[in-house]
Amino acid sequence: MIETQNLSFAYRADDGARENVLKEVNLKIEKGSFVAVLGRNGSGKSTLAKHFNAILLPSGGKVYVNGMDTADADNTFRIRRAAGMVFQNPDNQMVAAAVEDEVAFAPENLGVEPKEIRRRVDECLKAVGMTEYAAAEPSKLSGGQKQRVAIAAVLAMNSEILVLDEPTAMLDPKGRREVIETLKRLNREKGITVALITHFMDEAAEAERVIVMDEGKVVLDGAPKNVFRETEKLKSLGLDAPQITLLASELAKRGVEIDKRVITVEECLAELLKKAGERGL
Amino acid sequence: MIKTEDLCYTYGVGTPFERHALQNVNLEIPDGALTAIIGHTGSGKSTLIQHFNALIKPTSGRVLIDGADINASGAELKRARRAVGLVFQYPEHQLFEETVYRDIAFGPRNMGLNDEEIDSRVRNAAHLVGLGEKYLERSPFELSGGEKRRAAIAGVLAMEPKALILDEPTAGLDPKGRDDILSIIKKLHEENRDMIILFVSHSMEDVAKTAENVIVMNEGRVEFEGTVETVFSNAERLRKIGLDAPQMTLLADAMRGAGFALPDNIYTVEGAADAIARIFGGGGDV
Repeated sequence: MIETQNLSFAYRADDGARENVLKEVNLKIEKGSFVAVLGRNGSGKSTLAKHFNAILLPSGGKVYVNGMDTADADNTFRIRRAAGMVFQNPDNQMVAAAVEDEVAFAPENLGVEPKEIRRRVDECLKAVGMTEYAAAEPSKLSGGQKQRVAIAAVLAMNSEILVLDEPTAMLDPKGRREVIETLKRLNREKGITVALITHFMDEAAEAERVIVMDEGKVVLDGAPKNVFRETEKLKSLGLDAPQITLLASELAKRGVEIDKRVITVEECLAELLKKAGERGL
Repeated sequence: MIKTEDLCYTYGVGTPFERHALQNVNLEIPDGALTAIIGHTGSGKSTLIQHFNALIKPTSGRVLIDGADINASGAELKRARRAVGLVFQYPEHQLFEETVYRDIAFGPRNMGLNDEEIDSRVRNAAHLVGLGEKYLERSPFELSGGEKRRAAIAGVLAMEPKALILDEPTAGLDPKGRDDILSIIKKLHEENRDMIILFVSHSMEDVAKTAENVIVMNEGRVEFEGTVETVFSNAERLRKIGLDAPQMTLLADAMRGAGFALPDNIYTVEGAADAIARIFGGGGDV
């Protein structure tokens, strides 16, 4: 579990002035949940994510990861093992010449027994569907495959929490799909807690919970259905709603009222069929 | 006009890593076109557009920019290069000057223009991308992600190319930044009726909203091309090559499957809302 209590953070500018990037953020991310964090550029969402594994430390307030205070240096290593991070550009995170060495890198550094390393590498590559690429060169993989290897490399530390900062921004639609499906499966089958920072509304729509940041504060927090129905508010925050939700609000303007909480094609079709039935069409 | 004739490009010729990135590509992109290029990673999109600026040369075949062959040298090659402005992926990584003004001025200065001409081009280009006077004396590194990208695009526009080519211009931006860039593309198209604008995109929604024509690349070939309507009405064919139609097109398909009578040119939210409202006897266009 991740908990922030009155979390504030300020970067120091060149002239010594401090501007708060995070302002009194109070959040609880429960173990085993799948949370998406949205917000325009500069809203503080990446800064928030970097507090989840002690890359950044609070200027004010507290962050606890599995009950451990991130500000206590004695906890740093345990926190980083519990909560692993995956970044936007897969090429910046690959260090090894073969996929399996990449995944073995962290457990090796942690002094894990060779036999156990082997077991973990095999298990984690399987978990992300990359077993058949164990001996491949990371540079020969597609973007989606590289990100899945990066995820496996975090899992190999026995991390329970995955924090991902726009992991699909540089991928094509197929690669994006692969990464999101992998995260959903890890969450469902292994109970991995997922905190996904993204600019893609359709990805956030697949999470259990959506947190919207603006100017360093949490401005919306709830199930995707409830957050995305606020189409006007999202627009004022420089964001969007998923296409289907936008359609529901455009239809309302044209006198066709359907449930504004629809997100998927299937849900929308069901609503339209219901509406057609009501009107005897 | 940009024209390719049997364009082929092979990476690593004569090595064990030989790979055919482009095979017999024949395209004609007329002046004034607003065209999107789609295709999954490795389909040859980037290799193709790098030819348009003669950054790479064909292994065989020809590329003609307003009749100038990029295989030529000297004046003809220079003419081809000058005609095309290429905006790379994440172009803001290439900003380097002390001020936005100097960064935008870099291209025109290299072209040997006089100060007066440079000044007018810089201001014009900044205006085109929506960066007002107050931005010009700021460091490009103080700008937001979306603003930086617009500054980088202005640097290319200041060279006044006849064709503007952008490789994934909205990648990594937030929705507002994405919409800003797409509006700039549309505005450029409306205000410069002769300019060719080509952009590569992974977002079918962006393509549906912005482009007039679409070129679909797959495995180094042009899979098919046409207007936005004709391309997106081939949802099945797109899916086969790892792409998708816009979500509104998928919804329209599902609705037709359920017995609703809908036209087959639906790919934007507004278009779908209009068509659906018509079925329900609602207001239609608002």
